[in-house]
Amino acid sequence: MSANLIEMRNISKSFGAVTALSDVTLTLPHGSVLGLVGDNAAGKSTLMKVLAGAITPDRGKILIDGAPGRYSHPIGARDAGIEMIYQDFALVPDLTVAQNIFLGREIMRSVAGVPILDRKTMSARARELFAGLGLRVPSVTLPVVALSGGQQQAVAIARATAFNARLVIMDEPTANLGAPAIEKVRETITRLKENGVAVIIISHRLEDIFAIGDAMMVMKQGRVVGTRAVDDTENAEIVEMIVTGRDPRERTAVPA
Amino acid sequence: MSDTTSTGSGAATPTRRQLIVGLVRYGMFIALALWLVAMSLASEYFLTPTNILNVMRQAAPVIIIGVGMTFVMATAGIDLSVGSTVALVSVLTAGWLALGLPAWVVLPLVLAVGAAVGMANGFIITLGVPAFVVTLAGLTSIRGFAFVYSDGYATPITDPVMIWIGRGDILGVNTPFAISIAVAVLGWFLLNRTRFGLHALATGGREEAARVMGLAINRIKILVYAMTGALAALAGIVVSARLSNGSPNSGVMLELEVIAATVLGGTSLFGGRATIAGTVVGALLIYFVRNGLNLLGVNPYWVQVVTGIILVVAVLMNTVLNQKVESWARAAGEDES
Ligand SMILES: Nc1ncnc2c1ncn2[C@@H]1O[C@H](COP(=O)(O)OP(=O)(O)O)[C@@H](O)[C@H]1O
Ligand SMILES: [Mg+2]
Repeated sequence: MSANLIEMRNISKSFGAVTALSDVTLTLPHGSVLGLVGDNAAGKSTLMKVLAGAITPDRGKILIDGAPGRYSHPIGARDAGIEMIYQDFALVPDLTVAQNIFLGREIMRSVAGVPILDRKTMSARARELFAGLGLRVPSVTLPVVALSGGQQQAVAIARATAFNARLVIMDEPTANLGAPAIEKVRETITRLKENGVAVIIISHRLEDIFAIGDAMMVMKQGRVVGTRAVDDTENAEIVEMIVTGRDPRERTAVPA
Repeated sequence: MSDTTSTGSGAATPTRRQLIVGLVRYGMFIALALWLVAMSLASEYFLTPTNILNVMRQAAPVIIIGVGMTFVMATAGIDLSVGSTVALVSVLTAGWLALGLPAWVVLPLVLAVGAAVGMANGFIITLGVPAFVVTLAGLTSIRGFAFVYSDGYATPITDPVMIWIGRGDILGVNTPFAISIAVAVLGWFLLNRTRFGLHALATGGREEAARVMGLAINRIKILVYAMTGALAALAGIVVSARLSNGSPNSGVMLELEVIAATVLGGTSLFGGRATIAGTVVGALLIYFVRNGLNLLGVNPYWVQVVTGIILVVAVLMNTVLNQKVESWARAAGEDES
């Protein structure tokens, strides 16, 4: 087993004329919580979509547990235990809670040799999942469109943790949420960490990352500005890195 | 949700609320039932077994293709080429039977032609051309093929298998309707109980979510069009068998009737919501209305006007009203709990 769960090396990605990522490198130890911060359009979501297999990078490679990951498809990432909670939750509104949780990984049973959806088992598992996470939805057979924003997020969290994830990526999980829901997200991340699951969280709320994170990586305009251990930095330094796009320690290090 | 609906909700009891939601959701089923009752009072011929079985036979091609169209619409697509596929299959079936090929060779062959046409539609759609454009091109060019192949002439069909498909019966039910019910039952199973149906609904419900969950979106799209093409071919066989000839003019405007029946039944044009039972009821409603108005001696042109009006009202009920009522009922339910 490698020391690091994830190593992303020299990842680059352009959308037409827009360079979303250039030469980005990221290292994530097993079971650690990394905060990914930066201005809008810094490339945070794109980097995480690359890691989740939803975007194919132009260049670069990804090592999972030291072994090269095959990254043509979200299924490949999910099979490797990498789950992502998308900023818009990526739920299908007209499907039920249980259908969304198991979408693409349905539990089947066989009737006279014909594989059919095992809806009972999937509903039961979904209920167990919510109970285990301490999250609540009115019913797992309700369409997701009938749920509130916080409840939809609970569904996305349940889906991301349903299949023995080793890494859960959360893209702005606390945006547009009230204080109680934000507290729930923090609790969930803490619980994942206790279970040895690594978490990458994209957030504008630095206080959340200082409270629950191990490290922070700052990005600007598709590049990495710098990385810090949470107990080796403070709010002002991170804000400076976000705004200027420079690492103050490198700048002072060079002339000396 | 507007204020007026949520303040009004306090008065409605849960049972009353369920009743209202049900009335809107199953509006078409209720409309069909009411129409059947009203017509049976107005005309004593209407409710006779002969008439009912006759209407069901007329509706069979629309039900058969409608099952495929329901899947296509589930993926947020549309297929305008099905009427022309009926014509192509009609002339090919008659032509190949006239060459002396046996029915057990010709029928699988024309079904394969329909599936191939649909697969081609689906493939081009996955390249990024809008389904409307691809299948509109199909609508003109496939019928063009039918005219080229037949030189514009109809060819009589005398094959006994075809005669049975068109005029025979199974357990007292005419063969076309029996075939359409078998197709509908299989379609219901596929849509509601299998991974394929679920993935079709997910693709149309929110394609980006389906994509990041790793669903094989292109394969699903190609399959729903291939299936609809094959069902259009099956309908083409039934239509030709019924008329005992293969004509390049068969199935004209059939695509519009199929789309109308599917939408009438409650399937969303925008994808993600689909119902096979609704499509069957939608098709029956169109044909029972037409039959009833004919029996009353109403000018056939009015029948077309009425069909159009029913379509608009049904879509209003299925989209705007249905959503309003459902969110109203949910809000009211939350107030109480
Ligand atoms: N699918 C896409 N097509 C075109 N441009 C994109 C796409 N996704 C992201 N971008 C561009 O890439 C850049 C980085 O975006 P993103 O990763 O969403 O930033 P962040 O999440 O840090 O705000 C932005 O300039 C954005 O407009
Ligand atoms: Mg983003």
